[in-house]
Amino acid sequence: MQVYHGKSVFGGIAIGKLWVFSKKEHQVVRVKVQDCEKELVRYEQAKEEAIKQLQALYEKACKEVGEANAAIFEIHQMMLEDEDYTDSIKNIVTSQQVNLEYAIGVTADNFSTMFASMEDEYMKARAADVKDISERLLSILKGKSNGELKTDTPVIVLADDLAPSETVQMDKEKILSFVTVHGSVNSHTAILARTMSIPALVGTDLTLSEELNGQEAIVDGFSGTIYIQPDEKIREELERKKEEEEEKKKLLLTLKGKEDVTLDGQHVMLYANIGNTSDLAMVLKNDASGIGLFRSEFIYLESEDFPTENEQFQIYKSVAETMAGKRVIIRTLDIGADKKVDYFGLEPEENPALGYRAIRICLSQPDIFKTQLRAILRASVYGNIAVMYPMITSLEEVRRIKEIVEEVKKELSEQRIAFGEVLQGIMIETPAAVMMSEELAKEVDFFSIGTNDLTQYTLAIDRQNPKLDAFYDAHHPAVLRMIQMTVENAHKAGIWAGICGELGADLSLTKEFLKMGVDELSVSPGRVLPLRKVIRETDVTKA
Amino acid sequence: MKTFSYTIKDEQGIHARPAGELVKVAKTFTSEIKIGNGGSMVDAKKIFGIMGLGAKKGDTVEFSFDGEDEEQALEAVSKLMENSL
Repeated sequence: MQVYHGKSVFGGIAIGKLWVFSKKEHQVVRVKVQDCEKELVRYEQAKEEAIKQLQALYEKACKEVGEANAAIFEIHQMMLEDEDYTDSIKNIVTSQQVNLEYAIGVTADNFSTMFASMEDEYMKARAADVKDISERLLSILKGKSNGELKTDTPVIVLADDLAPSETVQMDKEKILSFVTVHGSVNSHTAILARTMSIPALVGTDLTLSEELNGQEAIVDGFSGTIYIQPDEKIREELERKKEEEEEKKKLLLTLKGKEDVTLDGQHVMLYANIGNTSDLAMVLKNDASGIGLFRSEFIYLESEDFPTENEQFQIYKSVAETMAGKRVIIRTLDIGADKKVDYFGLEPEENPALGYRAIRICLSQPDIFKTQLRAILRASVYGNIAVMYPMITSLEEVRRIKEIVEEVKKELSEQRIAFGEVLQGIMIETPAAVMMSEELAKEVDFFSIGTNDLTQYTLAIDRQNPKLDAFYDAHHPAVLRMIQMTVENAHKAGIWAGICGELGADLSLTKEFLKMGVDELSVSPGRVLPLRKVIRETDVTKA
Repeated sequence: MKTFSYTIKDEQGIHARPAGELVKVAKTFTSEIKIGNGGSMVDAKKIFGIMGLGAKKGDTVEFSFDGEDEEQALEAVSKLMENSL
């Protein structure tokens, strides 16, 4: 048994045979021709066919991975029609009286050298696009397609890396999993795997060889492991895990697409919490009606330096686009001395939970805050984005935040950069915010109760300390009264109140929350459907 | 002839997608549209030429428009630049 590890982009287990994808580059030979006209006619036909193929791929990719990711095929069409590229091919044919294949090969080399010699890393990588379109022409001329997935039973696709044009051409019914040696969790293959809800590993530490073709393997997307020729023990264990997963899926599938409403007709917004863009597939798969808590910290935690406005913009935009009009509530930076990020230069503290963190950093260092706000406001053009601020304790903080938001909007308008309107809410996670909720409700569009911190601050119990377990009561009436008070004050001001902490997923409290009038529950994606089941079986009017 | 210049704000500069969008817009006009980045001007209807400029964030690119619909072309191109670059 051989065991390798990679970064998992989607959980799940795949068991099957390996299929090694290898790129075969065409060899072209230079041949003198008499009839150049004939070569040029062949060229026009091949070009026309290539554009037709790319158009079909574009349409297919739009459905599979969305318009933004499909754009590459439109660009390839433009490249094929680029006059410099076409003139070069025609010129070589007529001036040197050579075969079309050779002219394409030389042109491809010239154009890809141009890109490869550019300074910019991104542009360097574009040499691959030139090769890709030229290979397509050569394949058409040869009457054969490249890297076709020819198999009767579904396989685990093993590759160095996969270009969008390569994955889109594959028959999706035949793919159990993707495992690539290169590629990032944001690569095209990763996005495709998430959309298809199949396990996939990228950046895997194995060496590709043709010998692997046809070997038995198991991909465990939960642990990011691939077992090649697995032993009996591993096989049995993972087969059982796979069956359990499938049972669970089947049971809950019956709840997909169903409304979140109680027997007596009370509607609830049932949202999901995410901590990374890689969780998005789970959100869609579990049919949440929106994202109630997008923890933006991961963008900072995964960076070596402050993430730029554009890096953040791209992430927020892709989340908004993926959710396609469903609400996405982004919580601004919630970092503190316990979640350490070197480049913030935070000093160690005696009481990190009571220290320099979250909105306190943002209000003390408004430059960091403004960069994030600009990215959020710009991304809101692409979907239904709301923003919420963590660790609020006073009215002054909220007013100051709103001033900063106005400043950011003014700057964006002056720079003529497009942005959208966003709803603004606050996290209710300190007892101070609960006590001030009547006044705070008049300043914002919604409340979201963070029960983890609220419980810790209300009971003055550190949950990391096992000695305190005996004193800890997750259902402490003090916490429940805090929640009730928050919801009542929200409704008095005509705004909505939700719960995004762990307590929201506590099924033994669902009925009580519904009685209080909680409008929104946001839980981890895997908890959405079990919670939907309980909501739909609850009658709030009955004891 | 009309001219117009624009300083790129996008972190990635004129990468493949905006270059493609520019070609798409430019091709809807009959006017000759050229783009340059400090050096010689290239045809804005050819994607390789545009990408070959290697225009990055902070670079100021110049456009020239020459033809019957030059005014409309300038307007469409400047709008595109502001929205996506």
